[in-house]
Amino acid sequence: MNSKENEPKKLTYLNAGHTVKSWLLSVDHKRVGILYLAAMTVFFLIGGVAAGLFRLELATANPDVLDNDTYNKLFTMHGIIMVFFFLIPAVPGVLGNFLVPLMIGAKDVAFPRLNLASWYIYMTGGMCTLAAILLGGVDTGWTFYTPYSSVYADTHVILAGTGVFITGFSSILTGLNFIVTIHKMRAPGMRWLRLPLFIWAQYATSIINVLGTPVLAITLLLVVFERAFGFGIFDPQRGGDPVLYQHLFWFYSHPAVYIMILPGFGVISEVIACFTRKRIYGYEFVAFSSLAIAAIGFFVWGHHMFTSSQSEYAALIFSVLTYLVGIPTAIKIFNWTATLYKGSVELTAPMLYALGFIGLFMIGGLTGIFLATMSINVHLHDTYFVVAHFHYVMVGGMMMAWLSGMHFWWPKMFGKMYNEFWARVGAVIIFFGFNFTFFPQFIAGYMGMPRRYHVYDIAYQPFQMLSTVGAFFMGIGLLISFVTLMSSLLKKENCGRNPWKATGLEWNKADSPPDPHNYPEPVVVDVEAYDYTDERIYQDA
Amino acid sequence: MKAVKNAPDIASSYASDWDALFTYLIVVSVIFTVGICACIVYFAVRYRRRSDADRPEATKDGKLLEILGSVIPFILVMTFFFWGAKQYFDARIPPKDSIEILVTGKQWMWKLQHPNGKREINDLHVPAGVPVKLTMTSEDVIHSFYLPDFRKKMDVLPGKYTQMWFMPEEPGTYNLFCAEYCGTEHSLMVGKLIVLKPQEYQAWLSTRMSDGAAPVVAGDDPVAAGQQIWEMNCAAACHTGKAGSIGPHIEHKFGTMRTLESGEDVLMDENYVRNSLLNPNDDIAKGYAPAMTSFKGQLDNTQIQNVIAYLKSQSETASE
Amino acid sequence: MSNTSSTSTEHKPYQQHHFDSMHQQTQSTLLGIWLFMAQEILFFGGLFTAYTVYRILYPTAWHLGAASQNLWLGTLNTVVLIGSSVTIVMAVHAARHNQRMQVMKWFALTLILGSVFFGVKAMEYGTKWDHHMVPGLRWDDGHALHTIREHAHSDTEITELPPGIQLYYSLYFVMTGMHALHMVIGFGLAIWIMIKNARGCFNAEYYPHVEYFGLYWHFVDIVWIFLFPLLYLV
Repeated sequence: MNSKENEPKKLTYLNAGHTVKSWLLSVDHKRVGILYLAAMTVFFLIGGVAAGLFRLELATANPDVLDNDTYNKLFTMHGIIMVFFFLIPAVPGVLGNFLVPLMIGAKDVAFPRLNLASWYIYMTGGMCTLAAILLGGVDTGWTFYTPYSSVYADTHVILAGTGVFITGFSSILTGLNFIVTIHKMRAPGMRWLRLPLFIWAQYATSIINVLGTPVLAITLLLVVFERAFGFGIFDPQRGGDPVLYQHLFWFYSHPAVYIMILPGFGVISEVIACFTRKRIYGYEFVAFSSLAIAAIGFFVWGHHMFTSSQSEYAALIFSVLTYLVGIPTAIKIFNWTATLYKGSVELTAPMLYALGFIGLFMIGGLTGIFLATMSINVHLHDTYFVVAHFHYVMVGGMMMAWLSGMHFWWPKMFGKMYNEFWARVGAVIIFFGFNFTFFPQFIAGYMGMPRRYHVYDIAYQPFQMLSTVGAFFMGIGLLISFVTLMSSLLKKENCGRNPWKATGLEWNKADSPPDPHNYPEPVVVDVEAYDYTDERIYQDA
Repeated sequence: MKAVKNAPDIASSYASDWDALFTYLIVVSVIFTVGICACIVYFAVRYRRRSDADRPEATKDGKLLEILGSVIPFILVMTFFFWGAKQYFDARIPPKDSIEILVTGKQWMWKLQHPNGKREINDLHVPAGVPVKLTMTSEDVIHSFYLPDFRKKMDVLPGKYTQMWFMPEEPGTYNLFCAEYCGTEHSLMVGKLIVLKPQEYQAWLSTRMSDGAAPVVAGDDPVAAGQQIWEMNCAAACHTGKAGSIGPHIEHKFGTMRTLESGEDVLMDENYVRNSLLNPNDDIAKGYAPAMTSFKGQLDNTQIQNVIAYLKSQSETASE
Repeated sequence: MSNTSSTSTEHKPYQQHHFDSMHQQTQSTLLGIWLFMAQEILFFGGLFTAYTVYRILYPTAWHLGAASQNLWLGTLNTVVLIGSSVTIVMAVHAARHNQRMQVMKWFALTLILGSVFFGVKAMEYGTKWDHHMVPGLRWDDGHALHTIREHAHSDTEITELPPGIQLYYSLYFVMTGMHALHMVIGFGLAIWIMIKNARGCFNAEYYPHVEYFGLYWHFVDIVWIFLFPLLYLV
């Protein structure tokens, strides 16, 4: 690798301005991405600590560590922070912000100041929610079901609801920014069907962000008004319907899970292409499947409500549509697997995470099919089976995709290569720790253990105990990964423009770390996506 | 090592049918999961990078995988759908000879009332071999009545009645859990379903309640209590059952279809009766004026349930 | 519309550095504004959904609630708001023709009409407060029944409050309140644009703020055009 120690220091987005102000007022999409990264890591830690505490409690069937109310507050905060401050913003806020302009050959996003504003909105919502924790917490569950949340809870619902409401606007504006950027700012020659699959995925995500999040906003606002003013929109005593809340809430919150996972799908496509040195099999199908998931995903929300007194006929429709949304997802899995066939497979840390993702997401997705089945849902709804299902897709899926992406683009973002051995160790420990944490929960759920239970029947204890042990190991794996990435920043050697020999403008035409304006010379695209037969990518920069 | 229990009990034939569908889902899922994982592992090993000079052949997209990969999963999920939907609909409709238990959920206990008026808290005794229908409402937030060994649950809502039924087949004790988070003591809102042999149930039914009160007293029998409310409020003065009266004939009409002023036809069921008592001018029968006063604040949930019980007992449709 | 020099590399003073051309900048901003409108539609959509569900459940409450509104004031507000959309159209026209003073005048007129709207709304809210018809904050069954009786059209005796009546008023306040909030934001934007206009930031080639504000203001107007019949004429 060329050592550049004796040459004059190249201008990059990292060293263009060292003051705190230059970071906090930067409209450079790459710096905004780093701001999101820093904030998100802190939130993830807080959400993780909350989980660690209640996992400790759940190891035994009796209440030994926490009292009822504290337990309820911890699982609520874990859910709120992980959903709204990690899963939803993570890939869009960090990798999306960093990569979208680079991948399409643009100098920045369409609205750079709006981009920075989105981060401040995210932080404001975050501070509001943290205030709710510090002042005593909220105990409604991240789902805020009425009338418990609107009338009966005596915790900081207003503050937490307002925090989430504010952060929602960060999502909406980021989505808006990406849609315009992808439509209007592609470099000459960057046709739609030459776009990296990460861009297709981010685009589909952004559509959901713009159209779905406002419904959550108004729904939470109605709950806040009910508590603050006594308006009573969901109060049965005044004719209100608490199930209406559920419809409005899930109308957003179901598409929200696609906001959480679609960017992850995008990351996996990039990583698999690079570490098989092949174009993703069925590129068009994978690209359009993201759009199909976004579209169909808006019409399945009622599958959260099969036992809520919803009409059986509505349930039939929601059940069928839920199966349908699984089909484009299955296509992706088959296509990623087919890409490996006759490829040149390198099991780097990002690739280990990506391959692990496929298996774990598949289990998560298939258990979603279980839950789409009406009679099956009735027994499993509100049990640990559902908890296991969504952790398989969100943690085994999305979190692994996040880690894959972070490891993959880390050298591009910081110009430093992390230690591959320790990164792999981290990946393997996380994989096994994760499965020990969540697989037993499928069994506990099938056995009938309800969720959000602080104390439980002794029959479930072996599974909960195993789950806690697994969580401990998963935590260790996460720590190892974190230390591995952070310690790479201390290295002196620059990793070069394209250490992975990947296709894509960000790897071939931008430096590591990139110039503040991304591409000092204008970019023109003359190759198809994922052309691994092009020898230029294999040459040193 | 003693085997750890890893499945719920099979307390009814529905539970056993449910387990069959569940097993089918597991088998299909395992086949796909193992299949894909095996491919991944095999490909990762077989096609591992031997040197940095490796240049695989360019991908050749084909339609076959996409078509098979859509059609086969689609067919499979449709089998899940039809089987699951059929089970779901069967599970919804209680048989006509069900025992009716009235359930009220409240933070953080279950209140249950038997047809003869006997009440229980958190525990429910039922006889084996007779279907049990639960008519449920909540006094406060949303709860959910869950019997894992029967594979059934239904949310319990404030301001509304929901229903669930199950068929206890074997005497035994089964878990009852609240399955919708409802606040501080959600995890303690649990109880036991105790299925007794029919004669034992009859014997139990006539024993005194835990607070010492005798269970079978005219005043406590919901039907008799409902009749008392009907008579005390002179319902028959308006609802004479004859033409030209102020109120429509309702005394024997529970379970029949009513035509409303709006032209719509509705079923006279529990929700309709409850709403008519609390908001009488909502759904007025065709040809009648809004003249009935509301009983909001005068009849509590239990009394409303008793009136319903009375009207059911007088119904000219097949009695339940 | 504005001049489109799509391949010109000459940087206009108001072209931002990350865009390659004014054309790209204009197209991007326009798309951005429409996307913003789309999410606003979904935002109000949640409220319209709640409205629809409850109206189907409680038709009497909705009818009597609407009857209790002051139809004159509601109509006045509708006319005023439509008028303010007309003045904005005039402002955009003036901007296109580089008539700075005219732009100021039309914007000022828009704000005056908007203020009339707020005044009327304040009166309506005040009346409801006086009559104890604000759910949760100040509601009294007796007072509410009296007011509803007074305004009811039909001859039938209204002996009690219709079920769901508080839901009607809750939605009334939330829906008109959210609408008013969007108008307040509009006021802020308008004043900002007037200041920019005074500083000479716009010319016949470049007046996007005026145009996009017009879109926003028309949207706010359209929301009211839905709210008025749904809340006053039902």
